[in-house]
Amino acid sequence: MREYELIVIGGGPAGLAAALAAWEKGLKSILILERDTALGGILNQCVHNGFGLHRFKEELTGPEYAGRYVDLLQGTGVQAKTDAMALEVTKDKVVRYVCPADGCRSVRAKAIVLAMGCRERARGAVSIPGARCSGILTAGAAQRFVNIEGQMVGRRVVILGSGDIGLIMARRITLEGARVLACVELMPCSSGLNRNIVQCLHDFDIPLYLSHTVTDIVGRDRLERVVVSAVDENRRPVPGTEKIFDCDTLLLSVGLLPENELTRALGAELDPRTNGAVVYENMETSVPGVFACGNVLQVHDLVDFVSDESGRAGAAAAEYVLCGEAASPRVLDVRNSGAVTYTVPQRIRPEAVGKGVTVFFRVSRVMKDAVIRVRSGERQIARFRRERMAPGEMEHIFLPEKLLSQAEGSLTVSAEEEAQ
Amino acid sequence: MKELICIVCPNGCRLQVDEENGLRVTGNACPRGEEYGRNELLHPVRVLTGTVRLHGGTLPRCPVKTRGTIPKEKLLEAARALCMVDVDAPVRRGDVVLADICGTGVDVVASRDVGLCPNPAGALPLHPTTL
Repeated sequence: MREYELIVIGGGPAGLAAALAAWEKGLKSILILERDTALGGILNQCVHNGFGLHRFKEELTGPEYAGRYVDLLQGTGVQAKTDAMALEVTKDKVVRYVCPADGCRSVRAKAIVLAMGCRERARGAVSIPGARCSGILTAGAAQRFVNIEGQMVGRRVVILGSGDIGLIMARRITLEGARVLACVELMPCSSGLNRNIVQCLHDFDIPLYLSHTVTDIVGRDRLERVVVSAVDENRRPVPGTEKIFDCDTLLLSVGLLPENELTRALGAELDPRTNGAVVYENMETSVPGVFACGNVLQVHDLVDFVSDESGRAGAAAAEYVLCGEAASPRVLDVRNSGAVTYTVPQRIRPEAVGKGVTVFFRVSRVMKDAVIRVRSGERQIARFRRERMAPGEMEHIFLPEKLLSQAEGSLTVSAEEEAQ
Repeated sequence: MKELICIVCPNGCRLQVDEENGLRVTGNACPRGEEYGRNELLHPVRVLTGTVRLHGGTLPRCPVKTRGTIPKEKLLEAARALCMVDVDAPVRRGDVVLADICGTGVDVVASRDVGLCPNPAGALPLHPTTL
């Protein structure tokens, strides 16, 4: 069996950044397994710009951002297999994969980085009533058809959900000659970035219906119309508020799910709040030597942050290979409370954090003048202020080593609006 | 006073632009927000991205972008112009695929490297099992 120091599952932005960081830390034999025909992952179909402002200090399109990383890897000894689908990862770090060139093969590694990304929630996950005609697809599938295959998806389009991919596709297919009749969002606020509401909807006079949802789908073979209704504060449709849109296409942009089949089969502990693995401060999962990063761990808003996180995972994987397991007698559980819906990492080994650790989380509602508190038991050990927080924007706080060394048992991260 | 959301970066700062006081911009976290706020009232501009038809490549389309911003009101016209562009593989990032789009003075460049297809359309298909 061929043996590598590190195998990275997935050649998207997370996998590329992890491999590059591990190489820079001194690993010599690194293999990336990518199931698509090219490296870059979903970035290749994100032809719009706005990537890389943090990482490269300039505004790039998705393919350009991926291209930068591929260029950086070109000068290294990192190997990549495309068209290669990982089928299984085991606790003794054997990866079984299949690809046209090699057939079905197993390879072994000293460390593994899981960077499989996420996939879209589809119609089944949001249970919309109505006909099961053609013309209903996820925004990301439409993005692939339009931007990679060069196939138009429809002429008169309604978009359900206001996630960033849905907003981006509203603009994209408008520029390609389609008419986007409405973008319909169940929640009272959009889950997409504000800039995308402006440059994708407002720029093209596409109406955004907040607190609305699709309540019926009509069509024999192809979609003919959808019915949109307002919802009350419990997200239940309000009778009498129905609007009918004659359309041939419905795009769904209703959230992303980390793709953790391999992680689950491996036996790594999963977090029901993130649908990703439970990780320590260095992105290591509950299986020693197996790390997770990018959208397979937690769904991010910006690729730049995926690269950051994955760079840390790659560097930690290299350290694991070169120096062995992170040694720390104590483990702190990180818990969420109040408006904080989850944290990553979920566990911190205070003796292994170096200067400190950045904790990422999201909040469940829009908050103004908020205070984030970190408690250890009953004792508050840190507090942070934020002018504004929203569910669509991932937040982070930095906990220095000094604070962590005083903490015992568990840390609780909570957020509340400041009392006036 | 005009309220805007800045689109320069993902922060999406809430800007106030004072039309009565020489377009003074407040609420911006960086100088680029000031420029955006002023531009947005005088002559709004955007970067256009899309794809063009590609011949002989490993992909049927090549993603492209305008190298700089173009007037916002020209977006749809410029998108139409991209439909008429044909490019031959191979292409490199930064190759100009259309110069001076719609008289804006801005070039459209490829945003992805696409190589030549080893088995172009028209070539005999390979069936390893029958060889």
